[in-house]
This record gives sequence, structure tokens and C-alpha cells, in this order.
Amino acid sequence: MSGELVVLWTDALIFLLLVVAVGFGVYAAGRPHLRGPWGAVVRSRVGMGTLVVLAFYVAVGLLDSIHFQPGDGNGGPAGAEVVSLFDTLVGGLRARQEKSYSAPLATRLYTKENIELPDGRTVRDYPRLRYGGAHLQDPESERLPDLLRLSAVGIVKGLVVSLVVANVLIMLLAGRNRSDYGSQARQLLRGRTGIPWRVALGMTTLMLVLVFWSAELAAKYHLLGTDKVGEDVFYQALKSIRTGLVIGTLTTLVMLPAAILLGIMAGYFRGWVDDLIQYTYTTLNSIPGVLLIAAAILMLQIYMSNHADEFNSLVERADLRLLFLCIILGVTSWTGLCRLLRGEALKLREVDYVQAATALGVGHMTIITRHILPNVLHIVLISVVLDFSGLVLAEAVLSYVNIGVDPTMNSWGNMINSARLEMAREPIVWWSLAAAMIFMFVLVLAANLLSDVVQDAFNPRLRNRR
Amino acid sequence: MMAYIVRRVLYAIPILIGVNVLTFLLFFVVNSPDDMARMHLGMKRVTPEAIQTWKQERGYDRPLLYNDAAEGVGRLTDTIFFQKSLKLFQFDFGSSDSGRDIGYDISQRMWPSLAIAIPVLLVGLLVNITYALLIAFFRATYIDFWSVVLLVAMMSISGLFYIIGGQYLVSKLLHLVPISGYDTGWAAAKFLVLPVVIGVVGGVGAGTRWYRTLFLEEIDKDYVRTARAKGLSEPRVLFRHVLRNALIPILTGVVVVLPLLFMGSLITESFFGIPGLGSYTIDAINSQDFAIVRAMVFLGSVLYILGLLLTDISYTLVDPRVRLS
Amino acid sequence: MNGRPLLRVEGLRTWLGDHARPVRAVDGLDLEIHRGETLALLGESGCGKSMTALSIMRLLPPSGRIVAGHVFLGETALLDLPESAMRNERGGRMGMIFQEPMTSLNAVLTVGEQIAEAVRLHDPDSRDRVEERVVELLTAVGIPDPRRRLREFPHQLSGGMKQRVMIAIALAGRPELLIADEPTTALDVTIQAQVLALLKDLQQRTGMAVLLITHDLGVVSEVADRLAVMYAGQIIEVAATRGFFRQPRHPYSRKLFESMPGRNRRGRALAVIEGSVPDLASEFRGCRFLERCDRAMPVCAEEEPPWCDTGVDSGMRCHLCGREQTEAEVAGGQAAQVEEVEEPSRPLLEVQDLQVHFPIRKGVLKRVVGQVKAVDGVTLEIHQGRTLALVGESGCGKTTVGKGILQLIRPTGGAVRFGGDDLTRLDRRALRPRRTDMQIIFQDPVSSMNPRMLVGDIVAEGMRALGVVGDAREGRLRVAELLRQVGLSEEAASRYPHEFSGGQRQRICVARALAVNPRFIVCDEPTSALDVSVQAQILNLLKALQQDLGLSYLFITHDISVVDYLAHEVAVMYLGRIVEQGRVEEVLATPAHPYTRALLSAVPQVDPERRRQVIRLEGDMPSPADPPAGCFFHPRCPEATDQCRRAYPDEVSLSDSWRVSCFRVAAGTSARPGAGDGATG
Repeated sequence: MSGELVVLWTDALIFLLLVVAVGFGVYAAGRPHLRGPWGAVVRSRVGMGTLVVLAFYVAVGLLDSIHFQPGDGNGGPAGAEVVSLFDTLVGGLRARQEKSYSAPLATRLYTKENIELPDGRTVRDYPRLRYGGAHLQDPESERLPDLLRLSAVGIVKGLVVSLVVANVLIMLLAGRNRSDYGSQARQLLRGRTGIPWRVALGMTTLMLVLVFWSAELAAKYHLLGTDKVGEDVFYQALKSIRTGLVIGTLTTLVMLPAAILLGIMAGYFRGWVDDLIQYTYTTLNSIPGVLLIAAAILMLQIYMSNHADEFNSLVERADLRLLFLCIILGVTSWTGLCRLLRGEALKLREVDYVQAATALGVGHMTIITRHILPNVLHIVLISVVLDFSGLVLAEAVLSYVNIGVDPTMNSWGNMINSARLEMAREPIVWWSLAAAMIFMFVLVLAANLLSDVVQDAFNPRLRNRR
Repeated sequence: MMAYIVRRVLYAIPILIGVNVLTFLLFFVVNSPDDMARMHLGMKRVTPEAIQTWKQERGYDRPLLYNDAAEGVGRLTDTIFFQKSLKLFQFDFGSSDSGRDIGYDISQRMWPSLAIAIPVLLVGLLVNITYALLIAFFRATYIDFWSVVLLVAMMSISGLFYIIGGQYLVSKLLHLVPISGYDTGWAAAKFLVLPVVIGVVGGVGAGTRWYRTLFLEEIDKDYVRTARAKGLSEPRVLFRHVLRNALIPILTGVVVVLPLLFMGSLITESFFGIPGLGSYTIDAINSQDFAIVRAMVFLGSVLYILGLLLTDISYTLVDPRVRLS
Repeated sequence: MNGRPLLRVEGLRTWLGDHARPVRAVDGLDLEIHRGETLALLGESGCGKSMTALSIMRLLPPSGRIVAGHVFLGETALLDLPESAMRNERGGRMGMIFQEPMTSLNAVLTVGEQIAEAVRLHDPDSRDRVEERVVELLTAVGIPDPRRRLREFPHQLSGGMKQRVMIAIALAGRPELLIADEPTTALDVTIQAQVLALLKDLQQRTGMAVLLITHDLGVVSEVADRLAVMYAGQIIEVAATRGFFRQPRHPYSRKLFESMPGRNRRGRALAVIEGSVPDLASEFRGCRFLERCDRAMPVCAEEEPPWCDTGVDSGMRCHLCGREQTEAEVAGGQAAQVEEVEEPSRPLLEVQDLQVHFPIRKGVLKRVVGQVKAVDGVTLEIHQGRTLALVGESGCGKTTVGKGILQLIRPTGGAVRFGGDDLTRLDRRALRPRRTDMQIIFQDPVSSMNPRMLVGDIVAEGMRALGVVGDAREGRLRVAELLRQVGLSEEAASRYPHEFSGGQRQRICVARALAVNPRFIVCDEPTSALDVSVQAQILNLLKALQQDLGLSYLFITHDISVVDYLAHEVAVMYLGRIVEQGRVEEVLATPAHPYTRALLSAVPQVDPERRRQVIRLEGDMPSPADPPAGCFFHPRCPEATDQCRRAYPDEVSLSDSWRVSCFRVAAGTSARPGAGDGATG
């Protein structure tokens, strides 16, 4: 694990975002109007369940955001390769490259090849995989029992860890509520707690079992098969999590300052400030988003190929492109929020408490920061959560059109893009596509459900009755 | 009313100039025509002569803004900005980097785009409104709850999946319609059915959920209570009162996208091999044909602004409260 | 009353919200209404009176449910009807009108369609002549030119007209019972008089019964035959209107009476009901009024008082029942303690010819084609320690005057002189030090405080911005002192506004204004969003502060009884101009301007002896964008002459303090106060 830490641009921004989020959490904890809605989110069962799922995704994304160049151990010059903490954790997955396609949990390649037998003859057959199921003597008969055994081990491990987690949680709760372990456990299991801990535990158990089960199988097999160049698809799908999260969060982070500042200024000051800001966003908005992104990315490509020597490694280059994509996506998506905030600021500037502040001689900046900003924060938050899933989905489409992330970067869009060429194959190669779709679907579904809950909690006016 | 429209049209001019300047900056200043030429001719070992020829063939060899060499008005008109950017205002799109007339291509390709986009819009509207009304009628029951779950799940699925899955199921397994392609006249129908169905299905999640919210918001209002106090039955309340009011945001939301239907759908058209403007754009992006991308950016902006204008006008038509005087 | 009642409600219980902790909005309610009578259901906000009406109509919101009780309309048990049969009753034998005529009509359907809908459903005889029937109904509710109106959309009608349309819809089914839920609360007092008269008239013609839900004792006194007082989900007193207004029996009813401001209580503090309505989500053991009752006995906490009849047609829910006569006359406000302040010589604030115009833009280039003259030449002055009341109907520009004086809206013309400076000439920076002298209190206690700030920070905001206090510790001490001064505890500083009731919030707003030691406060309808018992608390507070600190108020209000109680001078506004101003004694006792007279006559009077002939004003106030030529009031004025149509009348002085702008008023003296002459005060 020795090596030199490499901080990519997006890494830095992700951790900045993390700091901002934690800071906001601390700030919100002291303010009931912010704590209240979050409490409502946590108390809703859907909210709790999705938060647990998202936590697993975020954990993978964060682990995948600590990059370093592994030294060769002798203090010599490090190689150009940059790996992440996540890569070292799942080490094997990354290195175990096959020759070409293989189906999930297969022991042989998906295509026939000429195999040279020890006696010199060549036969045309499906060759054994170099890694997948390589420990089996006779894959045809041993594979199924082996899979079952590994599954059982994985599930048991997962359950054991879940049990530990559950016990720790119950003890913590019992300590806080000053009740004894038994009654706390009963309360929890009957779902009689204010915060739906039962849902949280159930979801955690499910996720942990999945994690351990897949870990067991992935160590010996290619859980989701391999792609054209023989890379493990499960690994690709996991690595794509970071890309999806980065697009979904950093884009918003990039656009927020401009959207908030300009939106509030336009609504509060009105007059020529308003005209100018409205002009700016109408102009930007009138260019079809995809085309603006396409134009910008094409220009970036030209720039990058003309200045190829400025990038130390492929990873860095891909990372810059990712960041650039976030920025350009931000440029195309800030206008909606800006317009919303402008309208809200227009309303708020006429509200009595702002008038009262003016009557009390409070300055413009203080009015904006103390009276307007806190009262539009919930709109910002809702739109951030709302945008997330749309951005994750957009990445897939953009990468499909080749104006998304760098083709060398792992992303669900790239996986789909490369897999669709194989749809015409007979028999069909479906697993890359399926893996990308499922990983993406779970993330987006969780985000969508969470955004519903958040919207309900922060904006009761729009609450839809159940 | 006329004064209002005239004012809105005048207001569109500075925006289009803004778009024009922006694309000019993006395509000719951030990256020079030399860069583009090098990109097209291959990066390594390109002779300056080859670059010059490439630029000359496409008219990129002029100065950007001011031509010292020319005479009189030519000093301003014989420039890239005038020839390539300002001419867009006359809808003179010039020719593509591969030498085709963009204007002609657009006029040919917009019909297949419309052939998909209009049915998707209309059928989608019908399906979404019907489903949303149904949910509103059964609000606060299990039908409502599970419908919302279904809708959220549907909107969490990538559009790519609907297309790939639909193609695989309908065309490859069931062999109902061809996977992709296009034909002229009525023969095109068999190629259009699947993309339209997929377009509608892909839009149900977000669309129906949005309409449901609109309906439920209206249902809470005072005038609905008045309607019930009259003794109207629930379906009549929904159709006569709630739907009428909720149609205002729905219709204006539709009007704003109407002009953009010309632009076609990027993904659908390229998957189904339909020669519309969407696939035209994608091909241009993939072959890095900047002339086409530039033309499409401008066209898109014009259509968007037209959409805004139509929205404002449609408000005055459907909402008696909005009167322009 | 004899015969079978038309509507009989027995033991009605309506709960709202979740099942774990329901809000018992209606909790065991019994009620009877006879044919042709008007029963008023009187109560403060949140007491459950609207839920009662909605329960009878079976129109409860989705979270509401009727858990017990019976409702009989004639012989029909309404709560047992299937929904389809209930629909025939709704809009048929029972009609209902609501509080907000603005939002209660469908904005995208014409008025005619909306009435026709009800006609088709409930009036089978008229099915082949629907339009005629609609015109008939519109005529019946007094809408002029009905054939044209029925093709119009609701937004083209004024508030009063919309409420008439609502009544027409309710009448379409020829109802035996009309439920009117605060039908005039959202309307101006002159329009209220029109609508109440209409209701009375319709009742006489059709013989229908009316269940009138209101919080306004004046309205009850004007129209009701009997009344039922509701408190915390129950009816606590039923009486005939005459008897009730001679002698209310329940302690709550009495207090309600005594807390009404008015001429006869001038110079005395108003009686207040401490605290606020109890939380209906809790369960009650004893009397619900216990905590606020000044005559509570030990038994009140122990058991719920039973219903007891006090007369043929009256009764109450109180343990005092049968014992109260002996101490009936104990009640009454505290002894006179508020003295009239002598009028000093120099005015503190002089407003001269104040104009606030808002441009109307039109056309391709948005040229200014006209002005909405919200305030169009207002001249007034306020002296140290005095209260000037500015009264007028909504839209007359009175709030704009207040904001214009404080420079929250920059005036278009005129001068506002305060302490020697003309405020209209100062820029934002130069105004800042002046802001310590003048403050404002708003109408809506909810929107006047930032919900994201602690009360302490809200109160301290002005002190910090204007540097009134030195360090933070001093600031905290001052905040605590201010909170005590307005009758709140110091702990309030560390809480958020939403934790307080409406009256408490208004106190906080007063504290915020006081924080910068102002000499003059604009009170913009500070009590009109409050219940009458809470209003009394705020009025007492404002009056006490004026005494102690020598404050001057510009009291903007539409409520004449408050003016009568509190103000020294009064100015009556109509369409951006003052039509009459003078001392309260002069103007309110013998109003000179026809508008003032009409306005005063329209105010519902609790005391039947003081009732005067209502001068009915036709139509509505015109738009300030397009005021009538000549006298602005002439189109509605019963005494208008040709002269009125030609020119705007000059001001006429009736005494050294009393000025009127009307041609019909003979000048007492020929002295005509010219512009810039402030010496008449």
C-alpha cells in the first residue's frame, strides 16, 4: 500500500463537497427549521431505506476517490499508473484479465478458439479461463457445488456482520434511551421506534449479504462475466459508481454559487441587474443543452489532442475531462434553479420581515444573507437532490453519443456504449449491459425516492397526499 | 396583443445575437480553424500547405473579424464572423465540412424527425393525462401508492434501456417490426411504430407523475370544494373543474417544446437508423463536422425562443385571467 | 320556536389528522335550526365552527372524519346516506357559501356556466330554460346587467360580486338551508353591508334557514335570530340574539363582549382573555375554558360542565349555571387608568401632498402610458404622543401612505418632514440614522418575522444595524427588557417565531419596533389578523406604551370600533386621497363627508340602540389607475350633483382641526388651508 498520494481535481472537489456537507450538517443541527425536515426524512421508512443504499454507493465512491501511484517498494521512480484505494481493496478483480468475453460465473471463454493440446493437435473449443474458476479440476461437475458453497459462506458472513451491526446499534440506542437491551431490541424489531431502525437494519443486512456474497464469488469467478478485452464487468460496474456520483454531485456544486448568487441578486435588486441576469440565462438556456455540451466537448478534445504532453497520465486526462463535463453540464443546468430563486427573491423582498429589516436600517448584503438566503435554502436543496438522478442518467446518454466522459474511464454510459455493439451477436452478450443498467437503476431509484421524501419534508405545500 | 408579440420578437434579437457570438467564440476563437484542420487531417505530420488547402476549401481562411486585405465593406463582410456566423440570421447555413448544403439537408431531414416526435408527443400526452386522472380519482388508495412506485421506478430506468430492451424484445425475439431503417411515405409506418411506442413508454414515468402532482394540487383548491358543494359527482368534478384548470400548465408545457420537435430525438433516431435531424446531429458530432453543429446550435436556439414566444401567447389564449392589453 | 327543526345535529364528533393523536375539531356538538330562522355560530379561529359546517355538508378534507353523531335535515339522516344520495342534498336542499369568494370560483369557467351547472343538477323544472334561470338567479342576488355578466369570468368581477355569484350558485337548488361560512370576512365593510342585506332579503323572500358562521359579534347582532357560541369544539352557550346582547351568560361570552373596543370603552383598558384557545389534540377532563376563566372554581377542573338550560331557548355549558345572576354585573374593564394626553403644539411628523404613483407600461417599448395613483396628494400631521387613525377600504392606498412615510416605498412627490428633515430627499445611507425614530408594525404576525431567526435576534436586529447598543451583553439585556415590556418572558429570546401564537408574535413585533427607541410607529392593521380577545391585548399594550413612552402612532385600519377606542384624530381615505379628517369626536359623531357617513353606517353595531340606517353604496371602488373625473366618490355618492362630476372639491375647514373635501358641505369658515400650511392642527 505504499506509494505517493495523487490528488486528482475531482478528488479534491469531492472531498471539498464532503467537508461542505458535514459543515452544513453541523450548522443544520443547531437550527430546528433545518433539523426538523431532515428529521422527517430520517423518520420516513422510504427515506431511511434509500439513505442506507446510497451510503453503500457513496462508500464505494469515496474509497475510489483516494488515488495514489504505487511505488515499486524500492523507492524507485513510480510508474505512471494511478490506482485508487478501492482498487487495492478489490485488488484481484482489476488484475485478473481474461482474453475476451466470458459469461457471468463461467469457467470458459464465450467464443471457440483453437487450443493446442499437449500432444500437439489443435482443437476448436471453448478454452478454460485464466482466472474464472481456475481452481476447479473439472469445472463441468464441480462448478455448481462450488458456487453454492461460496454463496453459503458469503451469505453467512454477511449475516454475521449484520448481526454484529444490529447488536451495536441496539446497545447504542439502549444507552441513549436509558432502557435495557431486551426492551430496546423488542421495540426495534416491532418497528416501534421513532426513527425506522428496523428498515435501516433490514436494508443494511440486505446490502451486507450482497456485498459478502459477491465478494466470495468474485474472488474465484467473474461474477458478471468479462467484456471484449477480458476485463471483469463487475469491477467495471463498481468503478463506474464514482463516475456517476461525481457527475451527479459535482455538477451541482459547480453551478450552485452562480445560480444562487445571480438568482437572488436578480430578484432582490430588480432593474438593470435583473435584466442582465435574465438575458444571460435566457441566452444560455436557448442553446440546446446537448449541442452546447457537444460543442464544448469537441473543442476540449481538440485542445487536449493539441496539448497531449501536458497530461501526466491517462487517468489525469480522463479526470480533467470528467471535471470539464461537470462544468459544462453545470453551465447548461444552472438556469432552472436561477430562475426559481429569482422568482422567490422577488416574492421575499416584498415580505413584511424584509420590509421591517429595511425599516430598521439593515443593509442590502445583510438582508440577502440573513433574510433571503436562509429562506430559499430549501429550494436549493430540493433542486440539488432532484437534479442528481437526472444527471446520472444524462451521463449514460452523453457517453453513448461520445460526448460524455473519456472513453478510457469506467462509466455506465461507456459500458452500455461498448455493449450495444454486441447486441447483434448471436448468442447475445447481455451481461455488460445488464450490469450497467442494474447498478444505475438502483442508484437512480434510490435517489428519486429520496428526492420525493426530501421534497415532502422541506416543502409541505407541495406535499402529495399518500 | 400585436404590440406584445412584436415586443417579444424584438426581445429575441439580442438573445440570438448572444447565441451567435457565443458559438463564434466557441468554434473560432477558443479553437482556431488551424486546430480544426489539424484534427480532420490527422494530428501528426500535417503540412502547413495541407492545412491551408483544407481551410480554403471551406472558407475558413479569412480573418476572424476584420479583413485588411479587402476593400470597403468587404473589410467587414469578408470575414469568418460575417460569412459563417452572421449569415445564420438569414438561415443561410452554408455547406458542411464535407461539402454538403446544410440547409437542404435540414429541409429533407426534418420530416422523419417530425414523423416520430409528433406521435410521441400526442400519444404520450393522452396516455399521461389519462393515467394521471385515474390516479387522481383513486387518490390516497393503494392504486395511487403503487402507481407512484411504478412511475418512480419507470423514470429511474435509463432511456437507453427502453430502446435497447424494446429493440431486443420486439424486433429480435418477436420479429414484429424491423430493428431499424426508414422508408418514404406510408411504408415508413412499420419503422416508426416501435420508436413511437418506446418514446411514449419512456416518458410515462416522469410525465404522469408530474401531471398527477398538478391534479392533486388543484384538487385541494377552494373552487373544487365549491363544485362539490353544488353536488357534482366526483368524475364531473375531475373532468369539468380540475382537468380544465390543470390543462393550463400542461398545455403551456407542451407548447414550449413544440418548435423543438423539429430537432428530433438524438438517441432514438440514431438507434433506429431514422434519417432525421437528431441522427444528423449525432453523425455531425461523431464526424466532428463543426459547420453542422454550429448550424444546429443556431437553429435550436431560434426554435427555443419561438417556443417561449408561443408559450406566452398560449397563456393568453387558454387562461382567461391573463389578458394582454 | 315551535315545530320540528329543519336541521338537527346530535353529538357530532369530527376528528382530523392521524389516528394516534387526532385533532378533535368538533367534539360533541348539538344544534337545531328551524325553518326560516338565522342561527349564528360564533367563535374564534380554530374553535371548530368551519369543520361543523363541512361535517354537515359531508365535505370534510381527506384527513377529516366524522366519528360519531347524527345530522338530520328534516327527516333525512344525512350521515347515513350513500354518497350518491348525499350529492342530491348538497346544492339541493342545502347550499353553502364560503369565506374566500376570490378562490372559491373556478377561474377558467364563466360565471354563467358555473351557475348553470347547479341549475341542471338540482332544478329539473328549469332544464329547458337554464339560461333564463341563471339570469333570474343573478338578478335575485342583485347583479346588474346579468345577461352580460353571465359570459364573464370570475376575475372580471369584484369581491362582492363574486360572493353574490356564490350565493346564486347556492340558491340554484332552491335550498331550505343555506350554510354561510364567514361570508363577509374577506370583504370591505360597505360590501359586507350589501351582502348581509342581500342574505336577509333572500331569506325573507324564500323562507330558507341560514346557518351563519362568523367571528364577528357585530354581524351576529345585525342578522341572527339566535346564536350559538362555540369554544374548543363544543357549543358553550345558546341564546336568542336580543337576550344575548343584553346579557351574555357564559364567562367566555362575557369576556368576548368586554374585549370589544369601542367608544364606550375609551380611556379604559379593554378586558382581555388571557392565553389562547387550548390545543384540540389533547384530551380534556374539566372545563375547556378553565385556564382562561377568571371565575373558575375547583369543580371546573374536576368535571366537564354539563349542558344546562337557562331559559326556553337558551342554555350554556358552565358550572356557574343557575348561580351567575348574583354576580352578573361584576364584569367590566379595569378602572380607568388611561388618560387622554393633552395636545402639544408642534407636530412631530408632517406629510405634505404625498404622492405615490406606480407607472403602467404598455406597448412595444414599454412606454409609460399611465400611473396607478395609489396615493395622490395626502396631507396630514401627527403630534407627539397622539394617534392618528387612517381608515379606508382595501385598495384605497392607506398602507402605501404608511410605507411612503417610512420611505419603504419611495414617494413620487410631496414631502415628509420629520424632525426638520424632508425624508423624501434623503438617500438610503442618510436615512439610516433617521430610522431609529420611525418604525412599523405589520398586519400579518406570521410573515412579519423571519421564520429562520431566533426571537432574540429578530428583536436585536435593528439595534445591531443602527448601533443602538454597544456590546453583545448589553444587547441581550436590552432584548430581555423589551420582551418583558411587551409582556413576554425573557426565555422567548431563544425560541423561534412559530412557537408563539398570533398575539404573542405581534408582541414580539412591537418589541422589535421599540428596540430602536422610536418616537413614531406606523401600525399597519396590527390587529386585523387577530381574534377579538387577542386584539384587546395588543390594543391595551399599544395604549400603555403610548402613555409610558410618549409614542405617536399612525394607526392604519379598516375597523371603526378600534378607531373609536384608540385614536385622537382620524383621516378617512378614498381612492388615494383623504376626504375627511379631524378629531375622532368630531368625525365619528357627526361625519360630514357622504363617504364617511356611508362607511360608518355600514359598520355592524353590537348595540341595537346605536344602529343607524345603513346608507347603501352602490358598486365598488373604482381602480386607482383610472379614477373618475371630478370628485372620485361621485359615481357612488347618493348626494352627487353636476358640480361633483366636473371638479374635485377643495378642502373645507369645519373647525380648526376638521377638514372635509366635499361640495355639499357648507364651509364653517371660508379659510381654505393652502398647500404648505400646517398651522391648522
